Formats: sequence, C-alpha cells, structure tokens
Amino acid sequence: MRTITYREALREAMREEMARDERVIVIGEDIDGYGGTYAVTKGLADEFGRERVRDTPLAEEIIVGTAIGAAMGGMRPVAEIMTINFALLASDQIVNAAAKARYMFGGQVSVPLVVRMPAGGGAQRGAQHSQTLESWFAHVPGMKVVMPATPYDAKGMLKAAIRDEDMVLLIEHELLYGIKGEVPDEGVEYTVPLNRGEIRREGRDVSLITFSRSVHLCLQAAEELAKEGIEAEVVDMRCIRPIDLDLALDSIAKTNRAIVVEEGWKYYGTGQGIAALLYEYGFDNLDAPIGHVTGVDAPAPYAKNLEKAAFPVRNDIIDAVRRIMPQRVAR
Amino acid sequence: MRESDHDLLRWARIDARRLSLDVSREHLLRWYRQMLLARLVDDRLADLRAGGYASGGASCRGHEAAQIGCIAALSIGTDFILPYYRDLAAMLALGMPPRAIFLNQLSRGSDPISNGRMRPAQWNSRALNVISASGLVGTQTLHAAGIAFAARIRGEAAVALTFFGEGATSQGDFHEALNFAGLHHLPVIFVCENNGIALSTPQGTQMPVQHVADRAAAYGMPGVIVDGTDLLAVIATARDAFANARAGKGPTLIEVVVPRLATDAPDPRDPVLALRGYLLSRQDLTDAQDERLRADLGIMIDAALQEAVNAPSPDPATVAEHLFSDSGASSRKEA
Repeated sequence: MRTITYREALREAMREEMARDERVIVIGEDIDGYGGTYAVTKGLADEFGRERVRDTPLAEEIIVGTAIGAAMGGMRPVAEIMTINFALLASDQIVNAAAKARYMFGGQVSVPLVVRMPAGGGAQRGAQHSQTLESWFAHVPGMKVVMPATPYDAKGMLKAAIRDEDMVLLIEHELLYGIKGEVPDEGVEYTVPLNRGEIRREGRDVSLITFSRSVHLCLQAAEELAKEGIEAEVVDMRCIRPIDLDLALDSIAKTNRAIVVEEGWKYYGTGQGIAALLYEYGFDNLDAPIGHVTGVDAPAPYAKNLEKAAFPVRNDIIDAVRRIMPQRVAR
Repeated sequence: MRESDHDLLRWARIDARRLSLDVSREHLLRWYRQMLLARLVDDRLADLRAGGYASGGASCRGHEAAQIGCIAALSIGTDFILPYYRDLAAMLALGMPPRAIFLNQLSRGSDPISNGRMRPAQWNSRALNVISASGLVGTQTLHAAGIAFAARIRGEAAVALTFFGEGATSQGDFHEALNFAGLHHLPVIFVCENNGIALSTPQGTQMPVQHVADRAAAYGMPGVIVDGTDLLAVIATARDAFANARAGKGPTLIEVVVPRLATDAPDPRDPVLALRGYLLSRQDLTDAQDERLRADLGIMIDAALQEAVNAPSPDPATVAEHLFSDSGASSRKEA
C-alpha cells in the first residue's frame, strides 16, 4: 500500500483500464488541454493519444450524447462533465436516452458508459456551481449512481464502473480531490462493488448514515462524541443507487438511533429517501426519530462566511446526535 | 410568408439518364416492391390506429422514396442506422419483417424491437445495426456522431446514417451533433426528411433559413437538397454522401424534400405513383404485373398481421425486467 490523492486514484483507474481495454476512451471539456478542470485526466492524452482522449466543444450534450453513441457502438467511454451542475444540460441524454435504453429495447441495448463529475460546495463557487444533485438522477429507474469518499474507493469504483455493462454516474466531490488515502500499488488489481456500502467506524450508540465528503465530517464528529462516551457508527452508503439498505438496517438494529448526514438540500433528496426506507423496513428497531443534517435550504451563497453557514459542519452532526440521545447518556 | 422548399420543387420527374445512373430493371423492381410493401404496411397500421386497436407511430406516406433511396446506398450489416418514428419504409427496406412491425405496433410480448416496452415505431435491431430511435426529436443525431467517432477510432468502415424531420433541426442536439461531426470529419450522413410541417407548424414559422440544407454551412459540411419523391435522385445523392464519408471527407447534410400525404386520394406528389409511372414508361412493369405484386404483398402482410394479432401481450410479471445487465439490486430488503 502507498498513499495517494483521490485525484491520482481516479487517474490511475482510467490509465489502468485504458491500457487493459482499448475500447475505453475518455471524452470531455478541457481534459487534454488542461488535463481536466480538476487535473484528473492529466497526461492521459499524451499516453493514449488524442483520439482516445478527446476534448469536446463546450457543450455537455455533445459529451454525453456522443459518448452514448460510442457506447452503443461498442466502446466504453468515460465522459467527464466539468461539474454536476452542467449535467443539467445533458440530463435529457442521461435520463431519457442512456438510463432507459436497455429497458425500452427489451434488454437488447447496452450503454456501458461512465459519467464522471464532481458535486458539492465549499470552495466559493457560488449558487450555480456548488450543487449536490445526485438525487435528481438516482430517482430514475435504470440509473446507477455512486459517490466514493476515499481514494481507495474512487479508484476501485471507477474501475468497476468502466467494466460495468450499464451506465454509471460516478459523482466525485471537488473538496475531495486533494485528500490522501491508502491505495494498493499501481497494477495491483482490485475493484469495489457498485452496490455495497462500508462501515467506516464501528459504534453501538448511534448510526451516522452518510456518503461522499460528509463521511469525513461524520468521522470527525464520531471522534468528538467518543470523548463524551457516545460511540457513533459511521455508515458510508457510497452507492446511492442501487442502495445497500441492509448495511444501514443492520447498523440501526444495533444502535437503534440514526442521523442521516448529507450536504445537499433537505427536501425530496437522497437523505430523505434513505430515511424513508429505514422507517419502512427498520421502524421496529428505532428508539428515536431519525435525525437529518443537511445543507441550508437556499442556493449556495458566495461570501465566505455565508457559504460556511450554508453547509453542514462537524458540530451540526454532534448537535443532532445529542438531540436524539437519551439524557442518561452522560456516562 | 416566404416560399418554402415545397413551393420551389417540381415533383418527381424520374429519369435515370439525366442522373447518369446505371440501374437495371431488377433493381428498379426491387425498390418498387419495397415502396409498395411500405405503403401497404402503412395502410394496415393506419387501419389499426383508426380502429382503435393500436396507438402511436406515424405514417411514412410520401416519405417512401426518400427513405428507401438512402437505404439503397448503404452497406447493410456494416453501416449504422439511427432512424426516427416515420422511418417505416427504411426499416422494411433494410429487411425488418412486417411481422416485427405489427408485433411492435400491437405491443406484444414477442415484439422483437422492445418486448412491448417502447412506444411503437421507435425502431431497434441489433442484427440490422438499427440503434437508438428516440421518442425525443433529434437526440439520435448525437448518437450517430458518437457511433461514427467510435467506428473511426476502431478503424472500421462503418458510416452512421441518421434520419429526422425538419422540426428536429431546431433542436440543440442537432446543432451539437453537426458541429461535432463537422469538426472531426466524422462519417455521418444526416438526412432531413423535410415534409414542411412539424406536427402542425409549417417550416416558415420554424426557421429563418429557406432551406434546411443551408444550415450545413455553419458546420463545415455540404448541404444538399434533393426531391424526395424521386427515388433515383435520392439514391444518387446518398451514394455521393456515402462515398465521401467512406473516403474520410466527412459528413453531409441531405435535405430530402417530401410531401406528407394524408389520404388515399391520388396525389401527383406520390413517390410510389411516380416510380410506378417510370416503370410503366420503361415497360419494366405492366398493369397486370403491378396488380399481381400488390396482391402477393397483401397476402403476406395480412398473414403477418394475423400472427401479431394472435400473439400474447407481455407477461405483467416481467414489468421491471431489463433495467440492468445484472439484477441492479443490492440488499435483499430493498423495496
């Protein structure tokens, strides 16, 4: 094992898969010239050529629409959308063409496509560049949506997504690109399944059910809570759809309490979806209402202090846990 | 209002010599048979819709020569076809059997196009390389560019042929597809079947240019206008476009001007009548042979329709099948 960044892990995944399978191509805006807006694709064009690493005009429907065509024509494209905010421009192709193709044509058409894009706020990018919109896509049948939180998962899930026969939306987080974590040496083969979550920290008192960057906030909160004698279990749901519901249900069967933590908006989002499933299938195991820590219900503001107020921080999670713990917990 | 292409055209004056086309009687009769087949199947589909037995799909009446002329120029099994919902004649000319068309129109479980899951006339056939017909106007043009891009990366000779109406040329996807295909000289042929009306909106209230083909200039590719009721003119135009695409000279936008024929009343713009008249004038066909051909096709089509009528509907227990290559599920408790 060595330690590399989330960005490097993603790049390694593409490099290894491009070397392994000549059908793998990468397509997006500024992925050659800039090496990608977040430098994820840096060097790939030099290594694999500009036909397989294709800069597109500034048009998201071109990226996704031609990638869908290439996928149906036998390639395995990895499309990079600069941010999930711009995926709205390509959402017709993602939702109406790619996600439905297999079903509409009775199982005869595959679209083995990966759409990579960062989501999330906190870097002062403003209202139109800081959104977390995975639930818009995860709502649609036929969609696979994953959100890795660590370099290990970023590499393993991207490799699994490239090999998958269906479209996978791999949603990154712009504040995670620089984080470091342990990843097996380059060339050491591994993938991470696209339908399983992971317990990041075991605990008996409360389950923090989360994904993407919020996993790290929850781990920090859990360390603080441990000082008060509250042992929080951190459940990384990493696969938004299909969802590893058993993992969360087994956790609340043990802890009997849950807080869902995300940086997206509260209403009709991923967290509410998870909470509803926990109530539906785990109601008997709950001793308290499920708490929900979210971003504030407003577009992401730009001013630094306003933005700080708009996204959850560690103490929001700690406060939410305290609200649902029995008073006797002061052990 | 401006003159439209339709006002400018003088409808089909079919003449192989004028086009310097070398066509045999055998070829002409094969294409005529395809046109008749399309017309007769189209009639049956219209009857099914009028009788309330089926819904969805759109008539190709008037578009037959435009579609069959393009199919005649391609290499079946090598090239890809990305059609839209009026392309019945193109599908039949490619070799999709009438039985498949009827099973699809009636949403039977054995519908080979979609297993009863897709609105009728959104064609698909892996065997014929028919891909990605969408119910959304114009979206398939981008897929055509992507398929052509993939073919070139793999060094294959495939050309992507995509059809759409003139209404689709106002969509962003159309602009993006032509921009990308023109930029990279991709082997794509964009065929606009311009019948002058998008649902109810005439061309003059759709676009500020007189000819759809004029739009090609913005994408660095030739734009060609052809009388879509003249089968031989369409074939000649499509052959040029395929030759350019295969030679690496890039895409072509072909505007095939067609009438949207609504009724069974004889119309001087009818491409089937135009080809029939040409065949009669060449003495390649007699009235008696024509009647015999129609009767034989009718028997075959009615048998196919009967088979589809008798076929069972899809099993409701399969309603959620075909979403993913794998089960798509994870935890057993998932709803």
